[in-house]
Amino acid sequence: MNRHLISAADLSRDDALLILDTADELARMSDRPIKKLPTLRGRTVVNLFFEDSTRTRISFEAAAKRLSADVINFSVKGSSVAKGESLKDTALTLEAMGADAVVIRHDASGAPHRLAGWIRGHVVNAGDGMHEHPTQALLDAFTIRRRLGRAEGLDGVRVTIVGDVLHSRVARSNVALLNILGAEVTLVAPPTLVPVAVGSWPCEISYDLNAVLPKSDVIMMLRVQQERMTAAYFPSVREYSRRYGLDTGRMGMLPEHAIVMHPGPMNRGVEIAAEVADSPRSTIVEQVANGVSVRMAVLYLLLGGVDLLGGADPRGTAQDAKASMEDRESMVNR
Amino acid sequence: MMRARSAGDGRSGPDARSPGRSGDRQPGGSAPGRDSNVGHDEGSGGSPPPSDQAAAGSQKRVLEPAEIRRALTRIAHEILERTNGADDVLLLGIPTRGVPLARRLADRAAEFEDRTVPWGSLDVTMYRDDLRLRPARALGRTELPPAGIDGKTVVIVDDVLYSGRTVRAALDALNDLGRPRAVQLAVLVDRGHRELPIRADYVGKNLPTSQREMVRVLLSETDGEDAVLLSERTEAHV
Repeated sequence: MNRHLISAADLSRDDALLILDTADELARMSDRPIKKLPTLRGRTVVNLFFEDSTRTRISFEAAAKRLSADVINFSVKGSSVAKGESLKDTALTLEAMGADAVVIRHDASGAPHRLAGWIRGHVVNAGDGMHEHPTQALLDAFTIRRRLGRAEGLDGVRVTIVGDVLHSRVARSNVALLNILGAEVTLVAPPTLVPVAVGSWPCEISYDLNAVLPKSDVIMMLRVQQERMTAAYFPSVREYSRRYGLDTGRMGMLPEHAIVMHPGPMNRGVEIAAEVADSPRSTIVEQVANGVSVRMAVLYLLLGGVDLLGGADPRGTAQDAKASMEDRESMVNR
Repeated sequence: MMRARSAGDGRSGPDARSPGRSGDRQPGGSAPGRDSNVGHDEGSGGSPPPSDQAAAGSQKRVLEPAEIRRALTRIAHEILERTNGADDVLLLGIPTRGVPLARRLADRAAEFEDRTVPWGSLDVTMYRDDLRLRPARALGRTELPPAGIDGKTVVIVDDVLYSGRTVRAALDALNDLGRPRAVQLAVLVDRGHRELPIRADYVGKNLPTSQREMVRVLLSETDGEDAVLLSERTEAHV
């Protein structure tokens, strides 16, 4: 594992599998009477949220608390200070409070990366602008693995991601992680909502949902992000829904075993019909529960062991990676 | 990088057997990890006699498959005897090698008494006291029978009893899972050097060792063969 979790693309296949396997074991804990482990006792996790969030923040909070870490929720919504400046000042405050890990959500892409350069603790990206949301991708991969009964990676699993890819950090992280795990990803979106650089992504592009549906093991619907729709990306919500929404008719075109995912929050009736969201094929509620297990795994793997740098150098780089390689070897041989 | 700290400790020969020495750096459990906390002190006379079966370095087989079988048979009998026929007994193996041992004990007890004895696994990783000394490690599995552990006589099963820290972690883990009526401990090998007030109720073999030695239990389920090996702890043995 790297010192921080900033981008899903930074993970190796082994890292990703270690997180998923750890989450698997931790998920078993959720039906015990005492859902708490003493592992991170005395460690402090700060939730630094510059943007609205319910499930991600609560999920991280639950994960940290189940591992007995102290949690500080730091809501910075509405700050009028220039962004770069305020983030650095906040970082120094957190540093002074002795944060061992900072979970950050920010509306500016790259904010977690900047933060990692300023503080000694571990940084976990909980969504930055239109860049990445790695723990969402991990929990999606975890959900797919469980539902489709895969033991290792997701080799050969056909995942279709539908909707507002342009503004979606969830799509970006998922394309990277699913590719690392061996899945075949197809993006379906109106041409206006496909990023320019998509040609360099390890995935296929399609504009015809009906053609892709029968060839999908997993269909992942993205939220139409009305707050980011600053230009006319499609003529009307109604037309979008007709062409790219998942209704019962379209669900019928999926293979028998296929599952329907949505990262939430949903716009029922826009990208996904209510009957589809509530059907047994939908994993939407399961994804939320799995989110806690996956975030526990991430926090445990980042904070649970020895801090290889002793917190001395904020810029954990090559030396860190080499050390963690050695340690993984010795762990295997143990 | 981390292990370089103890390299200056060149005169450790005489006190190699004293348990408290640099205690906080002792591996906490059955399978000592990579950190050899003793420098190179070949000349100090503390090395074990060279083995006739020396494969890699000085490695000695201290238990053969037949001896392991007999030891487990005896422990199974002892458990039945001490628990009045294993009423309400639950055998919980600590991963990795405690689990197949628990299973074997359950199988044997079932043979002798014509009844099934439940068994499961208990992962203690998240309860260890040495987590911060090593990188975060992969978790094992905790699997309990549906009836849980409440009111049961839980027998913790592990391959090697050493510092006792693994067993302490296991006791903490049990505490979060329920309230057993009693907890007992069965180990295949007790190698001494306890750092906590813990003792085993059932022991396959008491094996006096030096702390510079390493005990490795091999089981056919996990390693393809049954054996207990005693060797000098070297860098090659991580």
